[in-house]
Amino acid sequence: MGEEAGMQLNREALTRAYRQMKLIREFEERLHEEIQTGEIAGFTHLYCGQEAVAVGVCEHLSQRDKIVSTHRGHGHCLAKGCDVTGMMKEIWGSQEGLCNGKGGSMHIADIDKGMLGANGIVGAGAPIAVGAALSNKIDGPDENGKLAVSIAFSGDGACNQGTTFEAMNLAVVTKAPAIFVFENNHYSEHTGDAYAVGTAQDIASRAEAFGMKVWRADGTDFFSVFDTFGEVLEFVRTPGNGPAAVEFDTERFFGHFEGDPQRYRGEGELDRLRATRDCLRKFREKVTGAKLLTDADLDALDSDALGTIEQAVADSRAAARPQPENVLENVYISY
Amino acid sequence: MAKMMYRDAIRGTIFQEMQRDPRVVVLGEDVVGGMGTAGGPEAIGGIWSTSTGFYEAFGPDRVIDTPISESAIMGAAGGLALAGKRPVAEIMFADFIGVCMDQLWNQIAKFRYMFGGKSVCPAVIRMPCGAGYNAAAQHSQMISQFVTSMPGLKVVMPATPADACGLLRQAIRDDDPVVFLEHKFLYAMTGEVPDDPDFVIPFGHARLARAGEDVTIVASGMMVGYAETAADDLAQDGVGCDVIDLRTTSPLDEEAILDSVEATGRLVIVDEAPPRCSLATDIAALVANKAFASLRAPIEMVTAPHTPVPFARELEGAYLPSPAKVAAAVRKTLAYR
Repeated sequence: MGEEAGMQLNREALTRAYRQMKLIREFEERLHEEIQTGEIAGFTHLYCGQEAVAVGVCEHLSQRDKIVSTHRGHGHCLAKGCDVTGMMKEIWGSQEGLCNGKGGSMHIADIDKGMLGANGIVGAGAPIAVGAALSNKIDGPDENGKLAVSIAFSGDGACNQGTTFEAMNLAVVTKAPAIFVFENNHYSEHTGDAYAVGTAQDIASRAEAFGMKVWRADGTDFFSVFDTFGEVLEFVRTPGNGPAAVEFDTERFFGHFEGDPQRYRGEGELDRLRATRDCLRKFREKVTGAKLLTDADLDALDSDALGTIEQAVADSRAAARPQPENVLENVYISY
Repeated sequence: MAKMMYRDAIRGTIFQEMQRDPRVVVLGEDVVGGMGTAGGPEAIGGIWSTSTGFYEAFGPDRVIDTPISESAIMGAAGGLALAGKRPVAEIMFADFIGVCMDQLWNQIAKFRYMFGGKSVCPAVIRMPCGAGYNAAAQHSQMISQFVTSMPGLKVVMPATPADACGLLRQAIRDDDPVVFLEHKFLYAMTGEVPDDPDFVIPFGHARLARAGEDVTIVASGMMVGYAETAADDLAQDGVGCDVIDLRTTSPLDEEAILDSVEATGRLVIVDEAPPRCSLATDIAALVANKAFASLRAPIEMVTAPHTPVPFARELEGAYLPSPAKVAAAVRKTLAYR
């Protein structure tokens, strides 16, 4: 696999990709610890294990490209450029959070960054992404003849929702520059894809049946994601081609939600996944093996990420709390 | 002023706004009509004739004929709006809200709040609604009670062609999501509509359709005409009624209702929806709470019964409120001692 295009990335791009993945990892690992203390309220779904997908996709995007995320959205948000401290403060429920404490983990958004929202309803994002793609189509190609795109991140759970089917068909018939990114982490909440996905655990074939060109790749390998998505993006950015879909085979290192006892896991499954399917470990092996970056380079990035998260948590603890009167704000622009 | 039908006021207003603002786009089932057929685009031009000629004038990017996929329509309207466009989506029959409730209720209505006030979602959702065509239980319903109860949505119920024009233009120019409940039975109603291309009617301001001293009648949508007819009949007998056309049910012009009830002391509410947890009960609660001392008789509610909408002419007639039922309610409240 030494000829992968992603391996041709320059030092700066590789550094950035690793930093982003590591930042997501540390963000989630830290939340996993903090949630157990009871300090953070509500439901939290961690993205740990899937970092290569969010980063491998979003490293290709510009601000005018849009994404719509899922209940497991922290990774997509960070990868699309949402402020890490603003996100941490939001999860802490602070008035200073990205959504002023109104949204929390499941509703983080930053419209200016092209991040149109995580979503608490499984499968709800796909139609919204198609709407954003129709907007991209109206805006037309840029000076290089390329369209901005809109991406719906969906899991193997969302692939069973009718909204996802409707969205795929609408995108095909309107030739909307939408990309359906299916992250198959093999668990729809607490149910395996072997049971819940009727198409022989093959989600991409569903998109194919709707008339889309599809790709499949290993979602635990950044370079596989990056290279594959580059092809998908090139196709969809070309006016007239319409949508496309890609399925990434990935893994979820934590439960569906924090507090999930995960009794559905096999013996030693999590240890095996961490040992063999960890995108950060794979990245390190590849780039050090190819002498693109050294262990020392990556260790320094690891400490950077840890320091950033440490600071974000400290800032969140100290951040202003919302006041009861804030409950009435932000329902309407005018009323 | 120009005399035109309610449906033409709607069509003309959207057309003008599309000419004025390139961000305005239309989407829905058969809004072009005939796509993929021998007849070709515009073979139908929308089943309500509210988008005839749009496709030819503005093309497929801005006049998006969708498959029968209400969730995708509603969601796409949300996505278009978040991305900076001003979608006017049509849900062919308001009854189909059941298919796409999540995208309206959990998504469009809540974006701004969930995102801490940092998003703008100027989507207009047109929902042709109401009974009168013997279209039975799944194509005749009044759904104002659902959408009015949803924080984040504004809800409009135009009762005349002029209001359809002014309220729809306001809806399209408004930065908040708006559900526009146009009544199917009013499509052929004719009336004078201002020519001014900037004619808008602000939300939250009721219209006094009739003025009288004895009883207040509150109505919306098609019920306004029923209330006016009843009021005109009662006037022959010397009974004067204020008829308040709400125009918008969210925001609600509480002041207009309370001021009138404080003057008359008697209230009749006319609502096409079934009687439980509805606009009628909502307004009754408002008046009971804020104008209790002014009331000289129990509040009367003229509503549909707690049943689905029936099919047969005799049954649908029995189901719907009517001018006679409104007049009877007025007489009943006047008879109370």
